[in-house]
Amino acid sequence: METAATEQRIRSFIEATFFFGQIDSLQDSDSFLDHGIIDSTGILELIAFLQDEFGIRVEDEEATPDNLDSIDKVSSFLRRKLDGARSASAGREVEGK
Amino acid sequence: MTVATPISLDALRIDPVRETERITAAIREAVLNQLRRKGAVIGVSGGIDSSVVAFLCARALESRRLQILFMPEADSSQDSIRLGRLVAESLGARSALEDISPILQGARCYQRRDESIRLAVPEYGDGYKCKIVLPNLLEADRYAIFSVVVQSPGGERRKVRLSREAYLGVVAATNFKQRTRKMLEYYYADLLQYAVAGTPNRLEYDQGFFVKNGDGAADFKPIAHLYKSQVFQLAAYLGVPEEIQRRPPTTDTYSLEQSQEEFYFSLPLEKMDLCVYGKDHGIAAADLCAALDLDEPQVARVYRMIDSKRRMAQYLHAAPVPLPPAEA
Repeated sequence: METAATEQRIRSFIEATFFFGQIDSLQDSDSFLDHGIIDSTGILELIAFLQDEFGIRVEDEEATPDNLDSIDKVSSFLRRKLDGARSASAGREVEGK
Repeated sequence: MTVATPISLDALRIDPVRETERITAAIREAVLNQLRRKGAVIGVSGGIDSSVVAFLCARALESRRLQILFMPEADSSQDSIRLGRLVAESLGARSALEDISPILQGARCYQRRDESIRLAVPEYGDGYKCKIVLPNLLEADRYAIFSVVVQSPGGERRKVRLSREAYLGVVAATNFKQRTRKMLEYYYADLLQYAVAGTPNRLEYDQGFFVKNGDGAADFKPIAHLYKSQVFQLAAYLGVPEEIQRRPPTTDTYSLEQSQEEFYFSLPLEKMDLCVYGKDHGIAAADLCAALDLDEPQVARVYRMIDSKRRMAQYLHAAPVPLPPAEA
């Protein structure tokens, strides 16, 4: 998946859900918490978005600022999850041969 | 060279005699002069906060000017009424029992709550009990994401993370409880021309641990400036019954026993007090570690949590926003 396209989908979601269409000032590295953008209920929305939109499962221990506190971090986390899912799937195919 | 005084729980010590005099004078001024009401209505839950407010109002206004209310519902602890009665009897104050369960049933409070829980736990139904809990935020840098703990009729417990819809549904439904109680308090206030006393302490007030237009609503708030540990100090001085002083703080909102730490604060209340005090007085996280028995990253996490909850509490504190007048 193209990183730029993923980041754009995340940005669009953040914009539509938390900014009501006024997101120009938010940098990809800006902390959602420090900028007061997302609270604990907002994190539930973000998790639901990632799970529904990208078909991943965000585990309780993964719901951390390290993974979800900026567009960059969400994008990296998502890439790791999707890469992990692809590796697991490829492993199963090899085992099945 | 100046040596910084080590911060300890002593920072929250108050002079209970002076503080009681100050608060009672302020209550008299607020109720009788500013609000022009004849007395005070107090919803007493059997917890430390409402008991202290009742004792303070009794000192300020005399017991004959008090109307104490007990407002249990289906999920209330059995102790709530018994301890509430103990307060009213200790003060020789008039009291009334208002079981709010029928009103809540009429509003479909329990039904709406259970439907929301079933989004996370489909088998949840009759005979089940529940509570909402937070993860321990001190152990790791994580978000305050709520889970529901359900107990089956057979006693088996399960903890499931809530979706946004389920969480908001449970909170919106259970908030009927605090708002119904406030509605009844104002019924008595109108009936008697009394003012309604609010019972939130400083920790709850600061961190938004109250329901807007529910327990957050009142005509005066006698202990909203006091940290929880200061409320306990006043309770001891005022002679609040020992059993109430010893009772662990609880939200008394869910059918499974739930501590306030579990639902809203991640620390024992006296430590949470000190953290809010530290924030308010610009004390560096490193300088609080010893008193709290926490390491610096943990205190820094609590500081961030306090900031985050303050941001969330802004809406709860906000007065209605008047629109600009129409242009002629």
